[in-house]
Amino acid sequence: MDFWDILSYSAWIISAGLLLWMLMDAIRINREYDEDLLISSREGADELLEADEKGGRS
Amino acid sequence: MSEQTATAPAERINLLKVLGPVHVWALGVGIVLVGEYMGWNFSVGKGGAYGSLIACWFIGLLYTCVAMIDSEVTSTVAAAGGQYAQAKHIVGPLMAFNVGLYLVLAYTMLEAADALVVGDLLAIVAGQFGHPDLDPKPFVVLTIASLAWLNYRGVFMTLTVNFIITAVAFIALVVMFFWTQPWNPGAVLLHEKLLTDLPYGWIGVIAALQFGMWYYLGIEGTCQAAEEVRSAGRSIPLGTMSGMITLLIAATITWYMAAGLLPWEYLGQAGVPMYDAAQMTGSPTLMVLLFIGTIFSAIASANGCINDASRSWFSMGRDRYLPIWFAAVHPRYRTPYRAIIFLIPVAVAFGFTGLLDQVITFSILSGLLGYTFMSLNMMKFRKSWPLDSIKRGYVHPFHPLPALSLLILCGATYFATFLGYGASLLAIMGFYIIASVWFHFHRYKYVRRADQFTMPWPKPQGY
Repeated sequence: MDFWDILSYSAWIISAGLLLWMLMDAIRINREYDEDLLISSREGADELLEADEKGGRS
Repeated sequence: MSEQTATAPAERINLLKVLGPVHVWALGVGIVLVGEYMGWNFSVGKGGAYGSLIACWFIGLLYTCVAMIDSEVTSTVAAAGGQYAQAKHIVGPLMAFNVGLYLVLAYTMLEAADALVVGDLLAIVAGQFGHPDLDPKPFVVLTIASLAWLNYRGVFMTLTVNFIITAVAFIALVVMFFWTQPWNPGAVLLHEKLLTDLPYGWIGVIAALQFGMWYYLGIEGTCQAAEEVRSAGRSIPLGTMSGMITLLIAATITWYMAAGLLPWEYLGQAGVPMYDAAQMTGSPTLMVLLFIGTIFSAIASANGCINDASRSWFSMGRDRYLPIWFAAVHPRYRTPYRAIIFLIPVAVAFGFTGLLDQVITFSILSGLLGYTFMSLNMMKFRKSWPLDSIKRGYVHPFHPLPALSLLILCGATYFATFLGYGASLLAIMGFYIIASVWFHFHRYKYVRRADQFTMPWPKPQGY
């Protein structure tokens, strides 16, 4: 087993670790938070333009 | 069940507004710059070196129109999803669904192609160090997994990293440009010997247009950040237009260096032309620099693509064009975490096909369909919401000239694509037609029609 073989196995192991971490975190979040809260986002408005409008500038 | 029980029902979790113009630049240029390192040179194979230069500037005009139109519309639609959100507000649901699908597929396939490039480059290096049969698959998966993890953890760090590696890749090109002494013709660059007439005439130039898109493909991705920038009205136009200027400079110097170092017959089919061009200079430093630039540009592109594809998927979920489950925002990192995770196996599957050409062709054609929509979208936008009806952060000049130019340029590029990939073009159009039928007859009944329009716009003229 040379350096490149070790690198290949390391890449598989790190990838699996990262994917597992994301999956576990997502499952934890799904359990801890209410679904309605998680999907509650709305399209944003540009707060700077809103501030301009409130300030009376055109 | 701890934190959610304490939250008031009215509380919302939105994407985090933390980005500035620099991040917008990093997102747009980061996705594209890999096209300067490889891919653009296939236009040389179709139309010769001069044909490629004509394609570079002709398609540059197309993308300048795209950047101007995007900047104006996005400065009013501060929503994730970019062109998808624009189409939804300006044209209608069916167009929006198609545009959203173009975006997700274009970016996910481009991400897969970028990861393939990283894997293939490492396999080449392993071959040079006495390990000729290195399997690129673990590195393809590692690239996608690590960048998805970065995207999962937060947009600010994701695009800050993108800014750094994109800047390094761009600086590598600039360093090489000065190294080749463009002020001293014949010293390093041999244009006088290498440049020829158009080898296939003007039809070759037309055929080169398709690959000329590589110089700029993806700059329109800047508007996916609209919901996460601190001021979409200012940051998106500034980041997009400065990104477009960067790309016009990068594209032109890339062509100039490569055309002066490599004969067009070789350049037209080279896998990593800029690395090959660096080898021609005989400078080991330049070779290392260009190798790093190539890897960094591919990683930056994949990183930006994950960001953009996930925002499109998330937005379509939020409007129930897809199951609303995909519209979840991570309460700590404030990212569309389910969309990011869902698209990982899709990208890996594309990556494992190993069919770089087909994957890229599908990506380019999906992008082209999106640009065609943008010209029609812009004309309807100005007609339905004239300049005095909605405040814009940026107003593009000479309307409707850019929109009409974009439409004509898209038509010419369709013809060029048909010459090279006629069957693929028809197959892809067939796919989108079937998807549209599915959306119209099946999916649209789940959409809550009033809920999808939350921008504070006045009613369109003539409503």
